[in-house]
Amino acid sequence: MLSKRIISCLDVRDGKLAKSVKFVNTVDSGDPVVTAKKYYDEGIDELVFYDITASSDNRNIMIDVVSRVASTIFIPFSVGGGLRTVKDCTKVRMAGAEKINVNTAAVANPSLISEASLALGAQAVVLSMDVLKTGVSAKIPSGYEIVTHGGRNKTGLDAIEWAKTGEHLGAGELVVNSIDADGTKEGYEINLTRMIAQAVTIPVIASGGGGKPEHLYDVLTEGHADAALVASMLHYGEYTIREIKEYLHTRGIKIRRT
Amino acid sequence: MIAIVDYEAGNLTSVKRALDYLGLENIITPDPSVITGAERVIFPGVGHAASAMKRLLERKLDKALHNAFAKGIPILGICLGTQIILSRSEEGDTQCLGLLDGFCPKFKLSNPLLKIPHIGWNSVSFRKGHPVLDGIAQNDEFYFVHSYYPVPSDADCIIATAEYEIEFPVILGKDNLIATQFHPEKSGPSGLRLLSNFSKWNGK
Repeated sequence: MLSKRIISCLDVRDGKLAKSVKFVNTVDSGDPVVTAKKYYDEGIDELVFYDITASSDNRNIMIDVVSRVASTIFIPFSVGGGLRTVKDCTKVRMAGAEKINVNTAAVANPSLISEASLALGAQAVVLSMDVLKTGVSAKIPSGYEIVTHGGRNKTGLDAIEWAKTGEHLGAGELVVNSIDADGTKEGYEINLTRMIAQAVTIPVIASGGGGKPEHLYDVLTEGHADAALVASMLHYGEYTIREIKEYLHTRGIKIRRT
Repeated sequence: MIAIVDYEAGNLTSVKRALDYLGLENIITPDPSVITGAERVIFPGVGHAASAMKRLLERKLDKALHNAFAKGIPILGICLGTQIILSRSEEGDTQCLGLLDGFCPKFKLSNPLLKIPHIGWNSVSFRKGHPVLDGIAQNDEFYFVHSYYPVPSDADCIIATAEYEIEFPVILGKDNLIATQFHPEKSGPSGLRLLSNFSKWNGK
């Protein structure tokens, strides 16, 4: 049986980890490759690197990071942030990333999804969607709306419709990031995740709100998510990957244990 | 020297990086003579069966793979490479290499919550031993990404299976040929172990 995946997300700015990642008794080098290797050794199933470099001049630094990661860890990883054209996506893929991750650029230009899917294969294209609960309306029948820029810009797109569009255009997986839950550590947005998981036939990765292993259990069962993204609960050393996985295993979730 | 067959099918560099990491001499090559002269051959692939077969035929790599197999050179197929060593694939109703007799159907599942492609880590259950599995535990997990799966006509060629509503073959083997539906190059330490074992296997 297929295991549920635990995926960790690392924000990278100018080739360095954007947020300090703190571990007990270790010094944070700021090098994303060092942290990726540590998580790999502890049994993470997959990684996401999100490039938040502001200046386009420094984009090539990220390509170097991708290439070093690909030579150090041997599990799938995806790269997102600042990918606006198929050329950008191909460059990241050639540097060794298994998958590319598009978000805002796909909202502005949905054909980016289909073009990237044609060039790299659907399995390599992950559509990330930032979702805010804005209430049911004629335009937003699900009550969940796609937003950009951390929730400041509403797009008028219904989240369920956008998920279906993304699948139709050739995305191979969806990351459903709840802006409401993000940073709260009070749990994933179960209702939203389940609605999307039931609306599409591609895997759904839940994101935002994970603070305890119980939250992962909830979203992987009730939320019907195929995978869960974890960030701060790992980065600040509150839990280890092994602890999270042991917990899920004892509660009967099929999970890869190393 | 391990020859990685280059027919522009997916990210061959992932396989190369894993071999480099293990310190195994390797070359990515589209040259049939390099392939038939290699100590070992890896035949990877991601993508569509029909377009993969078209490129293989254009480059006369079909003959090179048949020759390498006949010569007893150890060959490792990966993912699409494993599917197209069989005689046919449902994907594009494609005539394939036929190193082994068999067919590649698409998953047809009744549970709507099981997604296709089958993406992620799944337990691999060994039916029999093989030198490339040395030191790898029964039911260890490997990374998969695929919608079709390989079914050899001779069930004796099934070395291991996995379960996704149905039980399906995931490692095939015959003589000097071994082939995995999963990606050993993306399957962490267990996958690296398989690649390392392959580099020592004499094909017998």
